Amino acid sequence: MPALQLAQQSATPAAFLRRRPERGLLGGVCAGVAELMGVDVLVVRFVMAGLVFAAGVGVAIYALAWALIPVSPNSEGAAREHGAWRDAVVIVLVVGAVLFGLRRFGLWLGDGIIWPLVLGGCGLALVWRPTIAIGAGSSSGRSRSPQEILRRLGAVDLPRLMIGALLVAFAAASLLHAFGVLHSLGKAIGAVAIVATMLGLLIAPWFVRVGRSLASERAARIREQERAELAAHLHDSVLQTLALIQKRAGDPREVAGLARRQERELRHWLHARPAANGQDSLAQALERTAAEVEELHRIPIEVVTVGDRQLNGPLEAMVHATREAMTNAAKFAGCERVDLFAEIDPQRVEIFVRDRGVGFDTDSVPLDRRGVRDSIIARMERYQGRAVVRSTLGEGTEVELVMAQASG
Amino acid sequence: MSARPRVVIVDDHHLFRAGVRAELGGDVDVVGDAAGVQQAVAIIRREAPDVVLLDVHMPDGGGVEVIRQLAADHTPVRFLALSVSDAAEDVIAVIRAGARGYVTKSISGTELADAVRRVADGDAVFSPRLAGFVLDAFADEHSTIGRKPAEQEELDQLTPREREVLRHIARGYMYKEIALSLGISVKTVEAHVSAVLRKLQLSSRHELSRWAVQRRLVSLDGP
Repeated sequence: MPALQLAQQSATPAAFLRRRPERGLLGGVCAGVAELMGVDVLVVRFVMAGLVFAAGVGVAIYALAWALIPVSPNSEGAAREHGAWRDAVVIVLVVGAVLFGLRRFGLWLGDGIIWPLVLGGCGLALVWRPTIAIGAGSSSGRSRSPQEILRRLGAVDLPRLMIGALLVAFAAASLLHAFGVLHSLGKAIGAVAIVATMLGLLIAPWFVRVGRSLASERAARIREQERAELAAHLHDSVLQTLALIQKRAGDPREVAGLARRQERELRHWLHARPAANGQDSLAQALERTAAEVEELHRIPIEVVTVGDRQLNGPLEAMVHATREAMTNAAKFAGCERVDLFAEIDPQRVEIFVRDRGVGFDTDSVPLDRRGVRDSIIARMERYQGRAVVRSTLGEGTEVELVMAQASG
Repeated sequence: MSARPRVVIVDDHHLFRAGVRAELGGDVDVVGDAAGVQQAVAIIRREAPDVVLLDVHMPDGGGVEVIRQLAADHTPVRFLALSVSDAAEDVIAVIRAGARGYVTKSISGTELADAVRRVADGDAVFSPRLAGFVLDAFADEHSTIGRKPAEQEELDQLTPREREVLRHIARGYMYKEIALSLGISVKTVEAHVSAVLRKLQLSSRHELSRWAVQRRLVSLDGP
């Protein structure tokens, strides 16, 4: 039964000679002939190989057959290849005609140069065609995964590539021979150059295309990742805060605090200044501390810093004193805003914390303001610093912290 | 200027324009608003307001572009820049383009009205943050190069008094308080601030040029 099926199957398309590229080793010519004649493909191949050794006649026949015999409609990709090969045949005919014409009229450099060039050109065309087709496909289409690109590269007609490479190599050898380079050691460098150029021409477009496809692939993936990260961040921060704000719409103070905290957080995220080795600079420490106090007491603190330097022990104490001053202002002053200004010179650091609150009489500090003595003035003096508290009833308070210290 | 100043608001966010209009309504005359550069230029030419409240970031060029297009007109309009950004390059770029002051959008309504009045009177309006930027930009007195002519050098440095005034602004002092603290008149404080503004706009100090160029708003070959 299987034999009968086979016969029926092969009987229908065998009315005309058609190539079967999917069954053949090269262009499927032998397979097509075998199909037409109803013999095993190995027989046809054997005959063809014999013809090749008969002064290369087989090569010419096979090439012509490949060019002229259309692909069987039963083969995959028949429609696409049909047009391409017709173009190729036309081009070959036109080029051949032109060359013969030139030769006839004497505009000729010599057989030794032109024929190798023509052969080399054919080889290059064979090699480039499928390669370029891949690049064009991926630039017009959507982005592809690298695996798919690799798979497509593997699908490129390997025989076609090899024949092209052989043609180019043959052309290169002929050229070398024509110039007598093969026998002349002095021109060996020229030979190497020609060979290298040929190889480069063979491989370059391929590498360029592959590289470009992979690069655009990677860029697209990175963009996608960043977008996902951004979306995740906005979801965790801004959307959450907006939901909270809607819930607490009745409490303006709370809403303002939430909005301000989110604003600061978002700004920080946008202009992320990652602290080197995880340690803050003085300006960063001040900004962070101000943000903490602000969050705790729901009073906006405007931080302005000029200059910056590395934190050290005394400066950390200064940050603590600043925190205490800000906390006092936020807790007791009853003001709408606190200003923090730090001027950081190489020689000295000055910090001012100012509020426009109720103020107090500095001579009669109430018991609950002991913090000023202990945690601000004493702390600064421990490191040879200085703290001055100026306050006027009804107008506000300013704490001035000074530390003279060479940077380092 | 004792009459209520006439103001045009330029901002690409409709909500923000409406909010500012409502906040300022009682203190100034808002005679128009605009959402983009071309619209702003047209309205400002038509209305000739005293003060333009100018958003720094807009599509098609932002506040700097508005100032630049109106610079050729020689209309006596003054600009006060308003922005959510507090990046030095934004602030410095718009000041160098010709704005007489810079405030952040979180400013309260009364403070904004006060700032508008001061700009209308020809004064400069420095927020604490702007004062900090200026101090930073003029910080290193040795960075100016000796080959410059004397006038240029004067523009490239702040006098000790100007520096002191700026430090007080950065500390959150108002002009009146600065005058009291330094033992000078309010007029003198204003004069110092105006002088600083002039230096800010005319100086060729490296830091200022760098900030402006970073925003790609000022060409490299001219201020």
